[in-house]
Amino acid sequence: MQAFAALLDALVYTNSRNRKLSLIAEYLRETPDPDRGWALAGLTGALDFAAVKSSTIRNLMKERIDPDLWTLSRDFVGDTAETASLLWPEPLSTPAKSDATAPLSISDVVKSLGTMTRVSVATDLPQLLDQLDASGRYALIKLATGGMRVGVSARLAKTAFAKAFEVSVDEVEEYWHALEPPYSQLFAWAAHGADPPDTANMPMFRPFMLAHPLEDTKVDLAEYAAEWKWDGIRVQLVHVAGETRLYSRSGDDIGKSFPEMIGALDVPAVLDGELLVRGNAQGGEEGGAASFNALQQRLGRKTVSKKMLTQAPAFVRLYDVLMLEGEDLRERAWDKRRSALEALMARLSANHFDLSQIVEARDFEHLAQIRETAREDAIEGLMLKRRDSAYVAGRKVGQWYKWKRDPLLIDCVLMYAQRGSGKRSSFYSDYTFGCWDGDPDDGAELLPVGKAYSGFTDAELKKLDRHVRQNTVNRFGPVREVTRSMVFEVAFDSVHMSKRHKSGLAMRFPRIHRIRWDKPVHEADRISALRELIKD
Amino acid sequence: MSAPFSWIEPHPHGIRIVPADSWIDPSQPVDKALVTHGHADHARGGHGETIATPETLAIMELRYNTHDGVVPVQYGETLRLPGGVDATYIPAGHVLGSAQILLEHAGERVIVTGDYKRRPDPTCPPFAVTPCDILITEATFGLPVFTHPPIADEMDKLLKALANHPEQCVLVGAYALGKAQRIIAELRAAGHDAPIYLHGAMEKMCRLYEEWGVSLGELRLVADHSKEEMRGSIVIAPPSALNDRWSRRLPEPITAMASGWMRVRQRARQRGVELPLIISDHADWNELTRTIEDVDPAETWVTHGREEALLRWHQLHQRRARALAMVGREEDAE
Ligand SMILES: [Zn+2]
Ligand SMILES: [Zn+2]
Repeated sequence: MQAFAALLDALVYTNSRNRKLSLIAEYLRETPDPDRGWALAGLTGALDFAAVKSSTIRNLMKERIDPDLWTLSRDFVGDTAETASLLWPEPLSTPAKSDATAPLSISDVVKSLGTMTRVSVATDLPQLLDQLDASGRYALIKLATGGMRVGVSARLAKTAFAKAFEVSVDEVEEYWHALEPPYSQLFAWAAHGADPPDTANMPMFRPFMLAHPLEDTKVDLAEYAAEWKWDGIRVQLVHVAGETRLYSRSGDDIGKSFPEMIGALDVPAVLDGELLVRGNAQGGEEGGAASFNALQQRLGRKTVSKKMLTQAPAFVRLYDVLMLEGEDLRERAWDKRRSALEALMARLSANHFDLSQIVEARDFEHLAQIRETAREDAIEGLMLKRRDSAYVAGRKVGQWYKWKRDPLLIDCVLMYAQRGSGKRSSFYSDYTFGCWDGDPDDGAELLPVGKAYSGFTDAELKKLDRHVRQNTVNRFGPVREVTRSMVFEVAFDSVHMSKRHKSGLAMRFPRIHRIRWDKPVHEADRISALRELIKD
Repeated sequence: MSAPFSWIEPHPHGIRIVPADSWIDPSQPVDKALVTHGHADHARGGHGETIATPETLAIMELRYNTHDGVVPVQYGETLRLPGGVDATYIPAGHVLGSAQILLEHAGERVIVTGDYKRRPDPTCPPFAVTPCDILITEATFGLPVFTHPPIADEMDKLLKALANHPEQCVLVGAYALGKAQRIIAELRAAGHDAPIYLHGAMEKMCRLYEEWGVSLGELRLVADHSKEEMRGSIVIAPPSALNDRWSRRLPEPITAMASGWMRVRQRARQRGVELPLIISDHADWNELTRTIEDVDPAETWVTHGREEALLRWHQLHQRRARALAMVGREEDAE
C-alpha cells in the first residue's frame, strides 16, 4: 500500500504528462502481481466498493473528533478523504508489527474492502486505517470511495502500461475491455510473454481507425471515396454473445448515457459510426440530426429521463463495419466493407441507424466545391478514405484523410491571461478574449467569448507573455487582467448558444489564428457578428 | 483600582499597553513600539522608538533602515516602561531574534507570544515556557489537520530528490527571513556540504545571520553562475520567484516549497509545487495546544490566523479563551 500511496502522491504533484507516464510505468514494472493490477484498476476508476461511501468516512471521523473541529478542517482542506487521512488519530502504539506480519498490501486492502458490508465497515475500515500513515490512509480512502483526482485518464494509464512492458497501446486497448481487475491475463501477456487473452466472444472495444488532416494533399477520386464528417461523437457499437456495448473514442463504455442504442443492435457485429441526436441541422438519408450542442446535453449522464429519450433520441450514422457474425472484416478493403455495411442496413432498425452517405463528385475540384457548402449543413467537413484501405488502429499515413471546412474567423480582444502548465508554467499562455457588446466608441463593453492556448509559436508566446506582464491591471491568483490593447484573430469551428458565458455564446475549438499587433482594439468584432455565425 | 487587565488593549492594528502609551507589533507608525520579530506583519519602519532584541533591530535596519530611536533588549532582560509596566523579552524559537514579550503591571502578567514554534531550530534559541495570567497566542496553523512532521524527514525528501536527479536542480521556495537560513543550517547539519545557490533577494539576510553567528557554509548567487554549474544543486528563492521568469535560468528545476501549508495537497498543487516540504516556523496544532497546557494561563487570547478551531479546543478543555478581533470589538462598544 505504501508504494501505491507514494505513486498517488507523486502523480498529484506533477502536471507533466510524460512524468506521469514514467511514474506509472515504473510502478507497474516494479510491483508484483496482483498488486499492480489492483493499482491499475484504482487509477482507471474500475473499482467500486458499495459499503464505503464518503458519508461512511464522515461518520467514522465524527466518532473520533469533535464534529466542529471536523467541519472546520474539512472546509479548509476541501476534500473529505484528505481531511480524514490527516485527522485520523495515530494509533498510540504501533499495531502489533511483529516480523511475521507483512505490511498491508494493496491486494490485502482491496480484498478487505470487497468483503465489507454497511455494518462491518464501521469496525473493519478503522482497522485498515490504523495500519497506515497519512499518505497511506489517503490512498486507502481514495481507493475505497473512488475519484483519485490525480489527473490520470484511463487512456493515460493504458499508455503507461504499454510503455512499461513495451507493447502496443492498441493491443492493450483491445484486450483491456475484455478483462476484469486485477487483469492477470493482461500482465501475463505483457510482462511474462504469455499468449494474449482470447477475446473472440467478448463485447470488447477495438481501437478506431483515424484520419490525417488533408492539408495541401490532393487525391484522385478513383482511389479515394469521399464521405461527410458528421459533427457528433464517434462511437463503436459492439454486439456479441447477447451483449451490447457502446464505446466512445477513448474506449469508455457510454452505454448508460444512451440506453436506446443498447437495445438497438441484435446482429453480432462491431460497427463504427457517428452518434447523433435527432434534429434538423445535419441531413442524412434517413432524416436529420441536431447540432453537436443538442448532443452535448446527453453526454456524461448516468441516467436518462424518458423525456430526454423522446425529445432527443440518439441514433448512429454508420461509417464502417469491423466484424460481422463472428468474422473479422478489418483486413478487407474499405469498399468490400462498405458493401457489407450497405447490405447490413436492411437488417438494422431505421429508428436507430442510418448510413453515412458517400459524396459523389466528378473530380477533386468538384469535391472542393461541394465542401464549400458543408458549413450550411453544420457538418465538420469531408472524409477521404482509400478504397483499398484495411481498417487499422490509429492514424496510418495515406489511408484516411479528414478535410475540415475552413475555420470561421473573428477578431477578438485579449482580456485575461493565465499561466500555463508544465513547460509553460512560467508563461502566461492561456488567453481569454472577448468581443464588443456594441459600438466601442459609444462606451460598449467587452464580453468574454472564449479561451485559447494554442495557435502561436514559441517566439510569439514570449512576446505575448511580455505584453501580459507589462499591461496587467489586476491579478486574481494565477490570472491577470490586462489592458484592452491586443487583438487576436481567433479561428474556431463553430459557435453555439451557451448559458455558461455572459455573452451567451460558446465557440468550439477556438485557437489563435493570428496576432493582430497592428489592429486597434475598437476595430475588433462585436458580439452581434459572432452571433450571426450560429448554425444551431 | 481599575478593572483587571484593562491596561492592555487589543486593537485591529496592534496591542496597546495603556499606561506606557506604547504598542506591540503595531502595523502603523507609533511613538513607542515593542517589536517581537522582524517579519513584515510584525515589524515596520517609522516608529519614534523601537524596542526589540539586538538581532531583530539588526534585521529591521537591513529591511526598513531603522536606526534612530532603537532600544535593544537582550533575552531575559527586563525593561521598565513608563506607567509602571515591566517588559521582558523571552525566546520564541521562531526566527533569529524572535521574542515573546512578558508584560507585568499591578501584579498581573500578560505574554504576547508573537510568532513561535516549539521545534529545535539551529538559528535561534528555543521557546521558553513562562507562566502568565493571559497568553496572547498566534494561531497561524490553528487547525487539527496541521501537524508538521519532523524536519529530518523533510530534509531526507529534499536530499533524495536531489540525488535522484543529478542533472537538474531542486529549487526551494522559502521566506527570505528565517525559513531560508533554517533550511540551509539543517542541510549543513544533515551533512550536505555542497555550495547552495541563492536568489539575489536572499543574500543580505543570509549574511546578517552569519554575522550573528549562524554558519551557513558556502553560498553562491545564482546570478553569478551558469546553468551547467548549478546542475545537481539546491537553489533557494523566495516563493514569489518559483514560477517566475527568473527560474528559466536554472537547469530544469524541480520546484519545492517549504511551508506548513504544504500539508494540504491542493494547496501545494495550486502553487505548482512538485516537491512539497512541510517545514514551518510556526507552531502546529499540537504545539499550539501543548503550549497552552504548558503555560496554563487563566485565559487565552487568540490572534494571527485561524482562531475558530483553537477557541473550540478551549471550550472542549474547559479553558477560557477569546478571539482578539472580538475583544477589540467589545471594547469599542463600551
Ligand atoms: Zn513571523
Ligand atoms: Zn506573523
